[in-house]
Amino acid sequence: MGQITSWLRDPNPASRLQARIGQYYLGWLRLSRNPLAMIGLTIVLSLLVMAAFAPLFATHDPIAQDLGQRLLPPGTPGHWLGTDDFGRDLWTRIVYGARITLYIVALVALTAPLFGLIVGTVAGYFGGWLDQVLMRITDIFLAFPKLILALALVAVLGPGVENAVLAIALTSWPPYARVARAETLTVRNADYIAAVRLQGAGALRIIWGYVMPMCLPSVIIRVTLDMAGVILTAAGLGFLGLGVQPPLPEWGLMISSGRKFLFEQWWVATIPGLAIFIVSLGFNLLGDGLRDVLDPRSSGK
Amino acid sequence: MAHTSSPSRSRRLTAGLRSFAGLALTLGATFLGLLLVTFVIARVVPIDPVLSIVGERATTEQYNAVREALGLDQPLWRQFLIYVGDAVTGDLGTSLRTREPIAEEIARYFPATLELASIATIFGVLVGVPAGILAATRPGTWVDQLVRLVGLAGYSMPVFWLGLMGLLLFYGILGWVGGPGRLDAGFEMMFEFDVTRATGMILIDTALAGRWDMFANALSHIVLPAGVLGYYSMAYISRMTRSFMMNELSQEYITTARVKGMPEWRVIWIHALKNVMVPLITVIALSYANLLEGSVLTETVFAWPGLGLYITNALFAADMPAVLGGTIVVGAVFVGLNMFSDLLYRLVDPRAR
Repeated sequence: MGQITSWLRDPNPASRLQARIGQYYLGWLRLSRNPLAMIGLTIVLSLLVMAAFAPLFATHDPIAQDLGQRLLPPGTPGHWLGTDDFGRDLWTRIVYGARITLYIVALVALTAPLFGLIVGTVAGYFGGWLDQVLMRITDIFLAFPKLILALALVAVLGPGVENAVLAIALTSWPPYARVARAETLTVRNADYIAAVRLQGAGALRIIWGYVMPMCLPSVIIRVTLDMAGVILTAAGLGFLGLGVQPPLPEWGLMISSGRKFLFEQWWVATIPGLAIFIVSLGFNLLGDGLRDVLDPRSSGK
Repeated sequence: MAHTSSPSRSRRLTAGLRSFAGLALTLGATFLGLLLVTFVIARVVPIDPVLSIVGERATTEQYNAVREALGLDQPLWRQFLIYVGDAVTGDLGTSLRTREPIAEEIARYFPATLELASIATIFGVLVGVPAGILAATRPGTWVDQLVRLVGLAGYSMPVFWLGLMGLLLFYGILGWVGGPGRLDAGFEMMFEFDVTRATGMILIDTALAGRWDMFANALSHIVLPAGVLGYYSMAYISRMTRSFMMNELSQEYITTARVKGMPEWRVIWIHALKNVMVPLITVIALSYANLLEGSVLTETVFAWPGLGLYITNALFAADMPAVLGGTIVVGAVFVGLNMFSDLLYRLVDPRAR
């Protein structure tokens, strides 16, 4: 153990790999000193585990109805979180709902930042009129009310998971483009870029191989911070009946179905909301902590 | 910061004018972009607007006449120009559900949203600014942690869920506030007959009519939705206030003031706050714009007859012109507020000129 840490902390790394892993180790040390970030990390990891092994955690079938067991309160033997109006176990549906939430989050987290990265780095690297045009378009999208635009898009495309993802991604890429452009502007005249260019690298290779990696840390922080927003928007679309369709156990949709008997059977609407709250809080705490670690400018503030 | 040589008055004026012109240009371009997006969306919709007007059994001549009247036989760029011209002159088309002009309908619904968002913003500022300042002056203490946690919780809760929980607790269990809607059912009838809709904002209208019983009832109904929305605005404002204040307190003029023996409350609440207010105005305007958007879900939960409810109701009736009309209005207000805050910032802060 002691040998590993001394290898990780070696001020004179013998290889690039050692230097890089050492950096990650130092970052991890800083992150692990922040209790709130660790809580966030725990929540996010639990979500991952729960989604991956959903059948192991679930006690019932998430879809099959059992009308004899309708609207049982939390604490009922066999249904510790109670059941909904179709007699489906709420705990099971929450567990399977984690899969849907993660699916949406992952799709948005892959598409929107990538698109923003491409727009931002291209605009920042080439500059001139291309920069002007791309940034104007970005500003226009940034000035839109996100949820309303997503609503209008889903209304046209039709309800469904994929369309909800598309609508959310289309409305959430501009901040990434802004961040990526700002980072690109700081590195585009750096010596190492000039060195690569002198070796004959084309613009594409420079952007992809040497500019984008520099933008990644800031973009990753933003993605983590935005994930909570994505979860909330997706839940909102589900709540309005425009996202995931029944009988799938999406959390926003579950809240909407519990709304009808909120005052008599409060748990049906309350429990999925708690799940959304805990998961978004996890992403927010983790994002906050990551920002402190990865972004030296904001540390100490 | 070192003092740079101040440019001549006329040069500063032209620079100011140029930045204003640039802002106006951006505003126009953004609005045009908004219209382009809604136009594209409207053209993608698999509903034939002509057919929805003339009906299934119309003859080809009737069909073509309406098609021409709507300008749908023109090339696309021409259609877009007509669309922009209509939107700018306040014609947002006709609702498919009610056959009424959408602009008029929105004018009826919008005040309710404005009222809700305004009260929520006032709440957010009154609680958020002091909370942020308290946190900034005691960094790392339990006050700071509490403000941070309350803020983070606000960022993490779905607004519709918080609204439902509020209804459950304060209306269902405790009975402290009114339920969904703007008035109790009994007052609702009276309102139609007794009160003139001067502003469309229920608190102002009932007060103007001198119906204080109705005013009190309306107040009990608006407290909860405004409080829920205000919580989100508070979370954002307190967080930003804290970071602005921290930044300000590290400035040298603050040290000077303290060294001179000025009482601490005066240093913070007068000297520093004055400078914090500058960026804070932008934040408040932004949060106001966000509330207009956040009202879509809140209004659905509270059956609040505002623009958000109008849009969602139109959505479920597949009334796309109404949905897009509402989108344009919210988008325009949103864009306008964004630009307004930007402009205000430039006017108030000499460094930003």
